[in-house]
Amino acid sequence: MALPDTAAPPRASASPSTPTAGRPRRPGRSSAAYWLYLLPGAVLFLLVIGGPLIYTGYLSLTRWSGVGDPTFIGLDNYRNLLTDDVFWTSFKNTVAMIVAMVVVPTLVGLVLAAVLFDTISRTFRPRTAAALRAAFYLPQVLPVVVAGIVWGWILRPDGALNGLLDAVGLDALSHDWLGDPDTALPMVMAVMIWVQIGYPVVVFMAALERVNPELYEAAEIDGAGWWRRFRAITLPQIRPETFVVGLTCTIAAMKVFGPIYALTRGGPENATNVPSYFAYFTFFKRLNVGYGSAISMVLTLIIVVVAVLFIRAQNRAERRDGVL
Amino acid sequence: MAVTLTTRPRVTRRAGDRHRRGVGRWIVLVVVGVAALAMLVPFAFMLLNAFKSPGDYSTNGPLSWPAEFYTTGLRTYWEQVDFPVKLWNSVVISGSVAVLAVVVSLLSAYALGIGRVRGRLWIIGLFLLANMLPQEALIYPLYHFAKEAGLYNTRLAVIIIFTVIQAAFGTYLLASVLGTFPRALLEAAALDGAGRWRILWRVVLPNIRPTISVLLVFFFIWTWNEFLIPLVMLIDNQTQTIPVALASLQGDRLMDAPTTNAGALISLLPAILFFLIFQRTLARGITAGADK
Repeated sequence: MALPDTAAPPRASASPSTPTAGRPRRPGRSSAAYWLYLLPGAVLFLLVIGGPLIYTGYLSLTRWSGVGDPTFIGLDNYRNLLTDDVFWTSFKNTVAMIVAMVVVPTLVGLVLAAVLFDTISRTFRPRTAAALRAAFYLPQVLPVVVAGIVWGWILRPDGALNGLLDAVGLDALSHDWLGDPDTALPMVMAVMIWVQIGYPVVVFMAALERVNPELYEAAEIDGAGWWRRFRAITLPQIRPETFVVGLTCTIAAMKVFGPIYALTRGGPENATNVPSYFAYFTFFKRLNVGYGSAISMVLTLIIVVVAVLFIRAQNRAERRDGVL
Repeated sequence: MAVTLTTRPRVTRRAGDRHRRGVGRWIVLVVVGVAALAMLVPFAFMLLNAFKSPGDYSTNGPLSWPAEFYTTGLRTYWEQVDFPVKLWNSVVISGSVAVLAVVVSLLSAYALGIGRVRGRLWIIGLFLLANMLPQEALIYPLYHFAKEAGLYNTRLAVIIIFTVIQAAFGTYLLASVLGTFPRALLEAAALDGAGRWRILWRVVLPNIRPTISVLLVFFFIWTWNEFLIPLVMLIDNQTQTIPVALASLQGDRLMDAPTTNAGALISLLPAILFFLIFQRTLARGITAGADK
């Protein structure tokens, strides 16, 4: 990003770095005046994000119930975290959330997008593909809490899933799906897959519109079957989008809160607890602000590390493509 | 309908041209179609039970057709949570955030993308990271300071917070869009004697209007669907948003199954309405975002 000034085609005296006399008030000449435009954003940023983040960092080193003054206790909160089973469970569940919100939707989304785009849109009408896409995308539109509440009812002992099992004569399988520690997490994962699947489908289909259709036609004439076209054209062409989907969904999975709140409140017996719900609960129900802050800081750190790794991997892939 | 078509006499074709005419494409269509229908099943369950009386539900279960067209559940939910107030709160909060966040993003991005102030890469990186932060890392100080400042349980507090959170993403996106803004246009405007302020509103803004409208829609919908911060900040009937109202009523365990479904149905109608209105903008925006 530092390059564009020099890489731009050498238009006569267009480079902002060469001072030309007699040109009044050229934008970009002195960047100092632009700081003024950054001011509102910067002040708000410090007030709402920077300041609170640093304060949470400080609070993580204290014991505090939210009233009176925090007591400084050094790294005690972090030391306690290491031996806290709930903390470890919550991060283990984060892995489950990544499977349900990133791995499965991305893989299924790739295949679905390719099928909708390459098979259904071309051999039936594009409108058929668009209608199917809308069905997959619909859950993405709702407030996720509303989705959580509908699913919470479906999975209740007297809910629709058990009703369905009864109706087909499988009432032996009836179950308190979210109330049993063994089935609660798989059910939450299933709900998250349902919520998430439309996002990659829509992004990947949009990406495929960009691909030159002649590539597919040429490959087909050369006798390439669906699978070969998928591997040789679809996957490489939409790799940038795959990175974006992977990164945004991974971060969303690590931060997931609303669905857990609506479905299980982390229960039963912490079977579906996740770091963000654990932090919320510790802040506002156990009134242990220092400990909640420590959980939040660990989560923040992990998210930043994952994001940096993702972006670096993406840059490396882009550079490799550039060389080839 | 598609199912009957697949039972037509099977013509066995080998790979190659099955793609255009064969039976294979019908099988693919049926499989994908069934999957798409399965996605809609929860909505069907919800609709079926939103119009059922609690007695009907407990005797006939969740799968039966409603014995009568029962709308008391819908009306109960509407009145119990004072839905128009919740709708208005959600509209005011999401609308203000969308506009304010776009203005703040535009100003910052003008300095970063066109002004090219020093250290801009670091600043943009900072905004990007801010957008990824878990809200838990901010919530307690925000809650505490909002109480001290007398902003606790006000819509204003939520508006300010989300303006900044959304603007962090908007700044990142607009800065990269403005980074490639044609310099010749700026030069020409400056030659005509336009100052920076005029150039921003008369030259830059009209040229990036499509991106701005995508951002407005995104910010509106993202804020509409937010949960944690409104849950913590807004505690009474006069200030809560639609998702928070639904969740807190459900949390009280006061709701029977039909009312739960009626509440969910009412709560998701605005979202579906936006989806229908903004569909085109959204489809365009998703690609814009992916291009970085």
